[in-house]
Amino acid sequence: MTSSPLATYQPDQRALALIGGEATDANLRRYLHGIPGIDAVGLEARAADLGTRSIKTSSKRWAIDTIIGLIDLTTLEGSDTPGKVRSLVAKALVPDPNDPGCPRVAAVCVYGDMVGDAVAALGSAHAAGGTEGVNVAAVATAFPSGRAALAIKLADVRDAVAAGADEIDMVIDRGAFLAGRFGQVYDEIVAVKDACRRVDGSLAHLKVILETGELNTYDNVRRASWLAILAGGDFIKTSTGKVAPAATLPVTLSMLEVVRDWHRLTGVRIGVKPAGGIRTSKDAIKYLVTVGETVGEEWLTPHLFRFGASSLLNDVLLQRQKMTTGHYSGPDYVTID
Amino acid sequence: MNRLAIPKTYKLYIGGKFPRSESGRVYEVRSHQGDFLANAAKGSRKDARDAVVAARGALGGWAGATAYNRGQVLYRIAELLEGRRVQFVDEIMGCEGVNAAVANAQVDEAIDRWVWYAGWADKYVQVAGNANPVSGPFFNLSVPEPTGVVAIIAPQGNESLLGLVSAIAPALVAGNTVVVVANENAPLSAISLGEVLATSDVPGGVVNIVTGSPAEIAPWLASHADVNALDLVGAGELDWVELQISAADTLKRVLPPESGEDAAAPALSRILAFTELKTVWHTKALL
Amino acid sequence: MKFLDYAPAPESKALLSLKSDYGLFINGEFTAGRGTPFQTINPATEQQIAMIATANEADVDDAVSAARLAYDGVWSRLTGSDRGKYLFRIARLVQERARELAVAETLDNGKPIKETRDVDIPLVAAWFFYYAGWADKLDHAGVGPNPAALGVAAQVIPWNFPLMMLAWKIAPALAAGNTVVLKPAETTSLTALLFAEILQQADLPDGVVNIITGDGGTGAALVNHPGINKVAFTGSTSVGRAIARSVAGTDKKLSLELGGKGANIVFDDAPIDQAVEGIVRGIFFNQGHVCCAGSRLLVQESIHDEVIDRLKRRMQTLRLGDPLDKNTDIGAINSAEQLARIRELSDLGEQEGAQRWSSDCVIPQEGFWFAPTIFTNVSTSHRIARDEIFGPVLSVLTFRTPAEAIAKANNTPYGLSAGIWSDKGSRILAVADKLRAGVIWANTFNQFDPSSPFGGYKESGYGREGGRHGLAAYLKPAVRSGSRSINAADQQATPVTKKSASASKKSASAEKAAK
Repeated sequence: MTSSPLATYQPDQRALALIGGEATDANLRRYLHGIPGIDAVGLEARAADLGTRSIKTSSKRWAIDTIIGLIDLTTLEGSDTPGKVRSLVAKALVPDPNDPGCPRVAAVCVYGDMVGDAVAALGSAHAAGGTEGVNVAAVATAFPSGRAALAIKLADVRDAVAAGADEIDMVIDRGAFLAGRFGQVYDEIVAVKDACRRVDGSLAHLKVILETGELNTYDNVRRASWLAILAGGDFIKTSTGKVAPAATLPVTLSMLEVVRDWHRLTGVRIGVKPAGGIRTSKDAIKYLVTVGETVGEEWLTPHLFRFGASSLLNDVLLQRQKMTTGHYSGPDYVTID
Repeated sequence: MNRLAIPKTYKLYIGGKFPRSESGRVYEVRSHQGDFLANAAKGSRKDARDAVVAARGALGGWAGATAYNRGQVLYRIAELLEGRRVQFVDEIMGCEGVNAAVANAQVDEAIDRWVWYAGWADKYVQVAGNANPVSGPFFNLSVPEPTGVVAIIAPQGNESLLGLVSAIAPALVAGNTVVVVANENAPLSAISLGEVLATSDVPGGVVNIVTGSPAEIAPWLASHADVNALDLVGAGELDWVELQISAADTLKRVLPPESGEDAAAPALSRILAFTELKTVWHTKALL
Repeated sequence: MKFLDYAPAPESKALLSLKSDYGLFINGEFTAGRGTPFQTINPATEQQIAMIATANEADVDDAVSAARLAYDGVWSRLTGSDRGKYLFRIARLVQERARELAVAETLDNGKPIKETRDVDIPLVAAWFFYYAGWADKLDHAGVGPNPAALGVAAQVIPWNFPLMMLAWKIAPALAAGNTVVLKPAETTSLTALLFAEILQQADLPDGVVNIITGDGGTGAALVNHPGINKVAFTGSTSVGRAIARSVAGTDKKLSLELGGKGANIVFDDAPIDQAVEGIVRGIFFNQGHVCCAGSRLLVQESIHDEVIDRLKRRMQTLRLGDPLDKNTDIGAINSAEQLARIRELSDLGEQEGAQRWSSDCVIPQEGFWFAPTIFTNVSTSHRIARDEIFGPVLSVLTFRTPAEAIAKANNTPYGLSAGIWSDKGSRILAVADKLRAGVIWANTFNQFDPSSPFGGYKESGYGREGGRHGLAAYLKPAVRSGSRSINAADQQATPVTKKSASASKKSASAEKAAK
């Protein structure tokens, strides 16, 4: 199922082939509404069942280190300052000062205007899209509401990329989606992707935030996921963290199912990022289980899965200390950023 | 001068038609005083088999009719019975040796009982069904449905018409179809009831009436794999335990014999005896 | 390492304190059986757990006498509210000892701990809780005012949901005012005997519940005992048939919950991922040892390949192994005998030309195991499409139209359960109307609830368990007035009772409660 000719297509060609025409509202509606629906009760039951997996000893140790390496350590506040960002970066690089063996997080995630501070703070530890070090992700496109003119959104993206962002976390226009203007949502993602292009021609990685809490229904989440992937998103991300509910396990499961089906269809792997609301290692482990049993263990890499989180990291570190020392730790034994 | 009467040939009622027994056999029906009244068809196992085929064929339509429609069709029978009451009174007086007042009273009660059952058609589901408050996001409803083909040994006692009506009406209410073995000694009102049914709106095959020997026919119905339920209300004088054992082979629902004044008394439980409760779950979610 | 292998996460057995020998529970006390004791084993290891007593005919007689005495002397004289209080106590005690019961059930039965922990035992408590509240409201049970209990109920239960089936039987019987003699299945007596300890803790009056163990001979002696008023049986259709014969001509009331060959119908507009989950839950839940299992998958031909592909992928994630491991999805087959039957029918499926596929899983050395298996290219005439396999084996058939789906689904002597998967509400309701089955799950499968009546059409048995109807199965109308008039009529006529010689001659040898 993975050796499809679709694998060799450029995203725009692939979308045309799948949709069967231009990405108009009507064509997209026909395509997205042809995707099988979701029964919420069954989806939630499956997610709950995955949540009952019992992860112990060596599996748990592996899970904890994996979780740390998948975190986009995030600060997205109006009160963010260069000092706050430096502190965040320090925590990202050395999550547990008492344990040099503790892995680094995948990326720091900041507003676009803080990208320069983050890059500077990282210095030589800036992975810049590579696998060594920590990446810089920037939210953009008039985050979190997305309510701005397209030109402003694109300028937002270009500025962040120019400042050294490796990853762009854009928001879709939920208003347009809910009003049925699928073509507009599609075109906007295509344009943002284009704006991710650096001077050397390479592209910053594009995460498309669906804001599932505003899309409300699982069918909408599934359709928006397909739409984002068709338009060329590298990642689909649940939430901004500014709207409740943010990431939930059933929502993430439904997005993982889309990613799995896309891989079956095209051979291409798309990433998933649940963001917001994941605060404990226990919860995060449920996500790992869900990823593993839905799309497979090969997705548990920073290239294909991320947690958008801030307080999660310290809870995971407490667990890690418990596993290392054999006794329970406390909040004074992990650092605040 | 007296006009010479035209006596009726009493035949079976199967699939909406009035065939003779395929066996060609008849038996004499005599009055209480021993006078010859008629030759009734002496149904055979093959007649019973044909009746089951007819009943199975009619099941989908009758069970699938709306409850309101079934109620009206059954009520219509009461109207027709009323109109032909003189004939039934004559037959009852002849077969059962009772006077006109007693015969009339029996016809009255049979008609009233029919009306009582007709009224249940669009109510028994409400009374016997349930919405179930399960602990989960599910819509959950239980409703009774007809069991299928019901074979009935009609009461063999004194009140032939009332006994027959008491046995078949409750089975019909829910949408079952029926094969009934009539009162052996007093079968005339049964066939006349067949004539009423034939001229009513009851589809052919919904009620099938076989006259003859219950002892001979009942074992074939009890063991017939395409019969879903067995009402032994009138089988008290037969070896009905054997019939019940035979019915167990395909796990038929069985009602035991009844006797005395109250045999087959009108009851909702007689309707429900030939229903199956179906429970349907459906998920319920906004998202 | 492979994360998905998950490190072992065994549930502790430490909270269990089992005895090496178990007697019969008669008249509130444990007593030695007079038959030959037998061992109960853990089907995942084939190791002995304990020795279990066998009740012979004299023991059965004692149990029935104890139940009769308790009925006449105590239970029938209690108020409904007091009966209810005992049931509430039992519900609470089951909740308190839930983990212990779950572990014991998993040890003795072989089913995964996650099922006993999350399904079986919670439903046991729920069942007692539900019926406890009915005990003082019997006027509303649907059999008229002042209904009467039947007397002594003989209950014979299967091995697939041992304690849950016990609860389904005992809770409504006691709520309605009956006393009980219950016989668990031969291979799964353990939790019933732990339950007897709970009854002692609840201080339930002696003799109200009696639990006798043994093989099919014990069961036959019980259902044929002249001192009982009600037989409730869950198990195979063949044993159910024998019981129906044996009670013919008696005034014993009978309810039977027998086999099935449930159709799980997947339409082309189904929510496909949930449908795949429902297929898995339908046939692999409890190793397919489920009378209402969705053992026939009827999938619309246009999506057959898609569904099968997804199903196989999903099946590869099912974890077979130590039932006490919290991550186990597929536990052990309950007995060597049942494993042999599953193998025999599966081999037959291959011989008949169906295509067999099993998920890759490592089969442990000891114990009884069968990998999750599906058969494609099955036609309606194949034995595996008609016979109840009672194991983790799915037969896949296709259909083209709703009418054909209904016809194929109904083309069986059974009529217990069915599933419908579609996004189209009107079609679901219409198909549900036409399916000849007692329980229909739309966009879900294998859901149970004490308030929801459960039971079969046709050869899947008669009578309902659960809900108001499950209560009515243990009640009879008040003594009737004798009037034949319509107004006073809503009571059953008195049936003739004639226990003929021929009936006792043909009495059932209710061999074994299997299913």
